[in-house]
Amino acid sequence: MKHSDDSDHGSELDPIEIRVRALESLLVEKKLVDRAALDVLMDYFENKVGPMNGAQVVARAWKDPNYKERLLKDGSGAIAELGFTGFQGEDLIVVENTPAVHNVIACTLCSCYPWSVLGLPPAWYKSNAYRARIVIEPREVLKEFGLELHEDVEVRVWDSTSEVRYLVLPEAPQGAVDMGEDELAKVVTRNSMVGTAKVFLQTMEKEG
Amino acid sequence: MNGVHDMGGIQNMGPIELEDNEPVFHCEWEGRVFALNMATGPLRLWNLDMKRQATESMQPPERYLGASYYERWLESLIKLFKERGVITEEELVTGEIKLKEITEMPSAASPDEVIALMGKGRSARVKTNIKPRFKVGDKIVTRNINIPTHTRLPRYVRGKCGRVERDHGVFIFPDTHSQNWEQSPQHVYVVSFTARELWGPDASSRDKVLVDLWDSYMDII
Repeated sequence: MKHSDDSDHGSELDPIEIRVRALESLLVEKKLVDRAALDVLMDYFENKVGPMNGAQVVARAWKDPNYKERLLKDGSGAIAELGFTGFQGEDLIVVENTPAVHNVIACTLCSCYPWSVLGLPPAWYKSNAYRARIVIEPREVLKEFGLELHEDVEVRVWDSTSEVRYLVLPEAPQGAVDMGEDELAKVVTRNSMVGTAKVFLQTMEKEG
Repeated sequence: MNGVHDMGGIQNMGPIELEDNEPVFHCEWEGRVFALNMATGPLRLWNLDMKRQATESMQPPERYLGASYYERWLESLIKLFKERGVITEEELVTGEIKLKEITEMPSAASPDEVIALMGKGRSARVKTNIKPRFKVGDKIVTRNINIPTHTRLPRYVRGKCGRVERDHGVFIFPDTHSQNWEQSPQHVYVVSFTARELWGPDASSRDKVLVDLWDSYMDII
């Protein structure tokens, strides 16, 4: 990440930045927070968990039908086989996209998201617009992501109201059979695992 | 609570704004706020449901709507620490500690402890045998209830007919857990609603919304 650069601010800090620093200092002084714990937490979510975890799960499911069967039956259990466990992924269910059914994940009440496999959610997932609109006009919302679905496709929107987390298993792209698991993991995007995109072999650029 | 946080189905909310190559945190303070939330969770001065309630009851409501995500997290964290008598607004502003040391406060979570917690997680599943009120395939109607405090029954699915698709097992009930730590374990189910049931005859005849609902949010038809 881009660490806050003093040259951006000069000597004037954003009021919210001052408030955050004040809170941190108070809690450290009151011995309720260990600064080193804050550093490792930021590092963990910036570098250790993220969509690369989920991408490995998806690639394995595409290549190994037995794994896919276990994954759809017991999401958290099958994901733990690859070593991905933890916060906001304790009870996880994987839903499969097919030519007939398209799943998309949301949280209308806050921002619930499967951290253990996707990391922290992007801003759009937490936005008022996505939370409000995805359940009432999913097809319009998906169009804004560049995904237009045929009217015959059934759209299923999963509103994460409980502590169960959801992950979408996207459809394997044409040509996946000729590729290795590691190669495939590189083309699986975050948005495809939330259900706001499909996976194509030619679009390997990073997404928003 | 019928708060502004309960957004499902609101229209005229503007386009989805996408950002290329989005960083995990947009600036240092967002990361600090996130980490402060995670590092203070293990103190067990509150639970996740209490934290959510503090966030969604941000005052005034227009502030919630306008605030960035981590600003909401920051203010709810401050609110909870104040409510628990740990800090005061004056201390925050002046940086001078006024409150006498609170005895019997838990001690700060160490780096090893927080990383172990992140890796292991903390499931809200309750290991107890409770008879489910519903089974897969049941036709249900959600209750028309307006809980003034925290609830996970969104407005847009109240008083609607749906079908039980899956039984997740037994979980903590957020409505009570957010008030007094009472777990009131109940079964949670995936319930499907047709888009037409929720949004009327102009909605797609194929589409569905699936929502996780607790036993006491619904009745059998």
